[in-house]
Amino acid sequence: MIPLSWYLIFAAGLFSLGLFGVLARRNAVAILLGVELMLNAVNINLAAFWRYGNVADMTGQVFAIIVFAVAAAEVAVGLALVISVYRSRNTVVADEIDMLKW
Amino acid sequence: MTTAQIIFLVVAAVTLASAFMVVTTRNLIHAALWLVATLFGVAVTYALLDAGFLAVVQVVVYIGAIAILFIFAVMLTRKEMRDQGPQLNSGWWISALLAVLTFGGLVGMLWGWRGMDTLASEMPVGFDSINALGDALISPNAFVLPFEVASVLLLAALVGAVYVAFNPRSGDSRK
Repeated sequence: MIPLSWYLIFAAGLFSLGLFGVLARRNAVAILLGVELMLNAVNINLAAFWRYGNVADMTGQVFAIIVFAVAAAEVAVGLALVISVYRSRNTVVADEIDMLKW
Repeated sequence: MTTAQIIFLVVAAVTLASAFMVVTTRNLIHAALWLVATLFGVAVTYALLDAGFLAVVQVVVYIGAIAILFIFAVMLTRKEMRDQGPQLNSGWWISALLAVLTFGGLVGMLWGWRGMDTLASEMPVGFDSINALGDALISPNAFVLPFEVASVLLLAALVGAVYVAFNPRSGDSRK
């Protein structure tokens, strides 16, 4: 049998890798890839706590499904924004998208 | 070492290695394909956790829709920063330090928790988790409200994405 800690440490590693991707990448699409990794790490935790807690209580799985929906919405809007910015500024480098700064 | 433990360790190693490639590889198409490998590893993790519905939804929604959307976005914005120039910003080592500190902090926090070595209880005989999940999603006593809010969110995201990505100059759809 697999102890709960294995899943939690695995998810922590996945989350940290995603955090590194979000902070260090220059390309806006690559930043969104990092966000996906972090959301997946959270979902692993939700599923693991459902399985190791009271199985009849479905809260963990329901929230994992809501995270799926939020991730799909976030990717659709995020990529639409990236494509829109690319069209007007001809760049996808996050540092160069500074219309809100002056 | 039981079979389940060996399967978990192999899957976790492959998943973390693919995730590392996602955040470091230069070619963004390759990064998106490594993301598919990572998502598949997470789907196998769900299967190990007896969450069959989540495993299937992970494959259908994440790999089938989100990863393909990423590949489309990369292809639509590619020519600008092909494979030349640095892919990481100048302060990347601070980000790496922060990521390592986050990992260390999470593991350190978990270390002192006594629930760490909990083993999963046996699934109750005759318990159908997909059935229970469906009941929970539409039961007024459980999660029907978050479920409806999620559907409104998806509709709003659909309308918003169409509006944001629509280019008023290139195509006038009313003609």
